Amino acid sequence: MNIHEYQAKELLRGYGVPVAKGVPLTSADEAEAAARQLPGPLYVVKSQIHAGGRGKGKFKELGPDAKGGVRLAKTVEEVVSNVKEMLGNTLVTKQTSEAGKQVNRLYIEDGADIDRELYLSILVDRTVGRIAFVASTEGGMDIEQVAHDTPEKIVTVPVDPSTGLGDAELKQLIEAYKLDGAAAEDAKSLFPALYKAFTEKDMSLLEVNPLIVMTDGHLRVLDAKVSFDNNAMFRHPELAELRDVTEEDEKEIEASKYDLAYVALDGNIGCMVNGAGLAMATMDIIKLYGAEPANFLDVGGGASKEKVTAAFKIITADPAVKGILVNIFGGIMKCDVIAEGVIAAVKEVGLKVPLVVRLEGTNVDLGKKILRESGLDVVPADDLDDAAQKIVAAVKGN
Amino acid sequence: MSILIDKNTKVLVQGLTGKTGTFHTEQALAYHGTQMVGGINPKKGGETWEGSKGEKLPIFATVAEGRDKTDANASVIYVPPAGAAAAIIEAIEAEIPLIVCITEGIPVTDMVKVKARLEKSSSRLIGPNCPGVLTPDECKIGIMPGNIFRKGSVGVVSRSGTLTYEAVFQTTNAGLGQTTAVGIGGDPVKGTEFIDVLEMFLADAETQSIIMIGEIGGSAEEDAAQFLRDEAKKGRKKPMAGFIAGRTAPAGRTMGHAGAVISGGKGGAEDKIAAMEAAGIKVSPSPARLGQTLVEAIGR
Repeated sequence: MNIHEYQAKELLRGYGVPVAKGVPLTSADEAEAAARQLPGPLYVVKSQIHAGGRGKGKFKELGPDAKGGVRLAKTVEEVVSNVKEMLGNTLVTKQTSEAGKQVNRLYIEDGADIDRELYLSILVDRTVGRIAFVASTEGGMDIEQVAHDTPEKIVTVPVDPSTGLGDAELKQLIEAYKLDGAAAEDAKSLFPALYKAFTEKDMSLLEVNPLIVMTDGHLRVLDAKVSFDNNAMFRHPELAELRDVTEEDEKEIEASKYDLAYVALDGNIGCMVNGAGLAMATMDIIKLYGAEPANFLDVGGGASKEKVTAAFKIITADPAVKGILVNIFGGIMKCDVIAEGVIAAVKEVGLKVPLVVRLEGTNVDLGKKILRESGLDVVPADDLDDAAQKIVAAVKGN
Repeated sequence: MSILIDKNTKVLVQGLTGKTGTFHTEQALAYHGTQMVGGINPKKGGETWEGSKGEKLPIFATVAEGRDKTDANASVIYVPPAGAAAAIIEAIEAEIPLIVCITEGIPVTDMVKVKARLEKSSSRLIGPNCPGVLTPDECKIGIMPGNIFRKGSVGVVSRSGTLTYEAVFQTTNAGLGQTTAVGIGGDPVKGTEFIDVLEMFLADAETQSIIMIGEIGGSAEEDAAQFLRDEAKKGRKKPMAGFIAGRTAPAGRTMGHAGAVISGGKGGAEDKIAAMEAAGIKVSPSPARLGQTLVEAIGR
């Protein structure tokens, strides 16, 4: 689960992390009062969307010369005029789709005098199976580009979970950033605080880009991006209220209610598959035969008839879907349960597009018999190659 | 021969008394008499588990007690996510040599702690979030459907459950059969990586060819490819077919498995396919042609 920058900063502030004073708002009427709560004379107006690259992003509705999604203002009046221009418009960044994201929330923040910009993130380094700090002196830039062009400027410091962030790791980080004086002192409390926040709140990513050294020599977290481990949400009921469903795809929200792994894509062949690997492979094979998948959908290992029905309804509700491919290799999943779930869904919502079903594994004969005798217009397939070719042909024939 | 498990493997079940544990224990017992020797439940120690066909197994309060009383050398874990890491650590502390964790959805910070504990032990962990391990006609640990297997010469290793079934089914249909199939799991932090299993398959005399199935995310496939190149220089080489799922997956989105995500421009399918091909693996463009691709790799 992702959260907004202002929420991430609020959370980190609770761990004693130095962040600027700021006020979030959702209406232009609040802009003046928000700005007046801040000391000035420099203000930053920041779009709150779940995507990076906001500063260099462009608003669709504004001209190409208009400023981006993060703006500086020198007076309260400038804050207000920027808020009016930005709020409600659609920001397109490197990380959004071409459709962009509507900016429903802005964060007005106290400006800072920047001496140096650094990069810091904490993540799970899967090659060593440990939580690691990723540090670079090249802050404020696209870190993927830095990794590509100058990999020697990125330092990874893994942390032993049994001892936590110790003196040796701290020293490594301080040296990597070339910190001294007040900044080095700040680092000794800041880095452990960030590590504590990461582990206590079960984050999967904590990215600070940039971490700044201010002209007064102190450190400040200027931007913060936080994602939480979905697998750990069960032990963090306090985080549920930070979820902003307006940032998510409606079909994905619906799917999450039924514990279905669903990702919306841009194609026109809806897929329902069991198993994440097979679901990805099904998308790949559709592409191999010249069409595009409309979604990734894993119904899981032990799906009930109700779950299958819900999955089928989510697929058919997508107007882009011109054909459906059901691909099941039943291990735990029984083919007859899939067949009954599909039939129940079709009876409820109808079937207006071609449907190809490939069943294999446990109770396959029973599953095929149920589909055959249902009277539904289902195209059976022998294997995955056959299934993919049949659905691509059916969709292209329309 | 086979790897990891055979007809002499004795298996405890952590989470036996739950619905999933019960169903799959019945299936394992029915599969060529896999030696399931007992279950663990701290509140039901001393009681007896009964399956739907009247099967009976003793229940022990702790893994250590179960090991002492049964000589078990393996444990399979069906404990729900919140308690799964503690269950793995209990099995490590009881010095169980092979631990197979089926549970999906364990928080990654829990697995980081498990991994650190594992490194200081002599136990091997397979998974989590995996379908288990199966040696045809001998032993079934986990949730793989036994009926698609046939004793033979192919070693199968995979990050995906259902794609393991595809590989097994297709090699059975091709008349090759399998020595052992190992699902290493779809989580980012796990007990066993491709390299570990490939080493075992290379060392196993009966395994004459190998299928390796990866997916987007991380660099385990690239690491495995480098390992295979190094081994080939020493003259250790077997015909291999491969597949990578997720060529069409968008960057930054987690595709079902917690570990299947292209992040920071890394973990894409094309890099993995290139590395595997450079290591001499014949990579199939289609998951429906794994068996056929392996037959071609053996023939060339």
